[in-house]
Amino acid sequence: MDTVDLTVGDGEFFTLLGPSGSGKTTTLRIIAGFEQPDAGRVTLGGEDITNEPPYSRDVNTVFQDYALFPHMTVADNVGYGLKVKGVSRAERKRQVEEVLRMVRLDGYGERKPIQLSGGQRQRVALARSIVNRPKVLLLDEPLGALDLKLRQEMQVFLKSLQRELGMTFLYVTHDQEEALTMSDHVAVFNEGKIEQVGSPNDVYEQPATEFVAGFVGTSNILERDGKRFSVRPERIELNGTGHPGVVADVVFVGAFRRIFVDIDSGDRITVVRPNDGTTIEPGTRVHVHWRDEDAYEIQSPDTHEQEVR
Amino acid sequence: MAAGLDPAQGLSGPRRGARRRFGGALWRRPWLKGLSLLGPPSVAFIAVYIAALAALFVSSFWSVNAFTGVTVHTWSLNNFRELWHGATYHTVALRTISIAAAVTVTDAIIAFPFAYFMARLAGPRTRALLFVLVLLPLWASYLARVYAWRLILDHDGILNWSLQKVGLPAANIAYTNTAVWIVFSYIWLPFMILPVYAALERIPHSYIEASRDLGAKGGRTLRSVIIPLALPGVVAGSIFTFSLTLGDYITPILVGGSSSQFIGNVVYDTVNQSSNLPFAAAYATVPLAVMGAYLLIARRLGAFEAL
Repeated sequence: MDTVDLTVGDGEFFTLLGPSGSGKTTTLRIIAGFEQPDAGRVTLGGEDITNEPPYSRDVNTVFQDYALFPHMTVADNVGYGLKVKGVSRAERKRQVEEVLRMVRLDGYGERKPIQLSGGQRQRVALARSIVNRPKVLLLDEPLGALDLKLRQEMQVFLKSLQRELGMTFLYVTHDQEEALTMSDHVAVFNEGKIEQVGSPNDVYEQPATEFVAGFVGTSNILERDGKRFSVRPERIELNGTGHPGVVADVVFVGAFRRIFVDIDSGDRITVVRPNDGTTIEPGTRVHVHWRDEDAYEIQSPDTHEQEVR
Repeated sequence: MAAGLDPAQGLSGPRRGARRRFGGALWRRPWLKGLSLLGPPSVAFIAVYIAALAALFVSSFWSVNAFTGVTVHTWSLNNFRELWHGATYHTVALRTISIAAAVTVTDAIIAFPFAYFMARLAGPRTRALLFVLVLLPLWASYLARVYAWRLILDHDGILNWSLQKVGLPAANIAYTNTAVWIVFSYIWLPFMILPVYAALERIPHSYIEASRDLGAKGGRTLRSVIIPLALPGVVAGSIFTFSLTLGDYITPILVGGSSSQFIGNVVYDTVNQSSNLPFAAAYATVPLAVMGAYLLIARRLGAFEAL
């Protein structure tokens, strides 16, 4: 991994987004204390915790495979952190019940993890971490193993839970949609470096690099007068008065259609149009048009590099 | 075109047809596949092993005519009555079970850290080397290994020679129950290390990270997460060490003393010296019963869920 400099604000939902192998999980593991950085510091609330072992850091992790202890009941799993800290049995029981209610698993305390569905296990893992009231909750692709519908429900649930608790969530994912839906801020990782940090809106509307433009949503990268621009496919209109071209292919995606246009100047442009019932055949001559403000200039890799350092 | 797709066309005769039908039947009925795999060994198992045990058990209710030496096929509990009232038989049985238990505990204590290192800390090459070290003694003859221990423990053996060199008094372990305990612990150790290793190796690393993440230090993680999850492996290993010690009679002869007789030795002598096969059979059911009880407890502890 290269140098990474990140500051996460108190009570934020902060997402580390990037393809696999981009260093986002390693960053999370360094914060949790499972891995040691070769250089640099980790601070939590102004306190240097770089040399603290995982058990004395005020952070908790929701693991990708949940890592629930199979020989303990749900209640024992959730109460583990409290028990280790020496919280009394009665108080432990109260807090475990409260947090199980919070993740909508009241009455499941006596079950074993193996008797639960994937989504329920996921919520037990969540409960086991938040019951300790950590300063930061680290989530390592926690929704990765769930199916799409459940994942979307959990996204909404996680976001509302985070708001309710006012807890800082540091969330790792490779799913750009997940990052955009839930986060206050997103850091886009690529090859062990951070490409851009910003709000979901910033990252989407003003991608700092070509990588960000391509990874967060899809983008048309166009070169004009030696400068490079990114234009989002949904901002492009057909039959306008702009660049003439030919429809090369049309892909049906349900709610919308993806139309590929070869414009006469040589570029292939991707256009996304809502499915309004009309049809368009490949081979049709069209004009593609976008407003000037929708073409966002992106920096060349060299200038970007200098700026991050 | 249509003819080429006809399944019957591709066959070159009735034999292939029969084979194909058999294959199809196997594919449609998984139990048939299981039966054809397990059938032959099960028959051998039942015929040889179970039948022999049953014969042993049945013969324990017979007796031998003291004058003619002929087996009397009348049912009686006399053998068991004699066992019940014979103090020597109690002592020998108790000694056998106690030493088997001591060997099991010793092996568990030695094997756990060793297996833990192999499973969780060693690199692939160190691990392979340790595997060889664990398995290597098993390739040598049992007798050779026990005799080697005689050389070590003998009154003028390597142990006493070393003790003398550093100025310590001689340890008179040779031909005692202590020697039996040490040699058994050594001989059966691999049978404890391997299942414990397998159990430890199966614990996902994330469980240990999760425990540490939730505030538990090493000792706590060991007690609350690692040992409970490795326990089935320890119990599985203990079944080996316990039953192997329980049934042995060679080591007590070679390294034990006059009061180191095991159940096996008494059984052996009863067969060879007094030719009282029914009584030997009755005494041989004692370790069987002990082992049966032990397996029931082991099942309660979940030892077989890990197999």
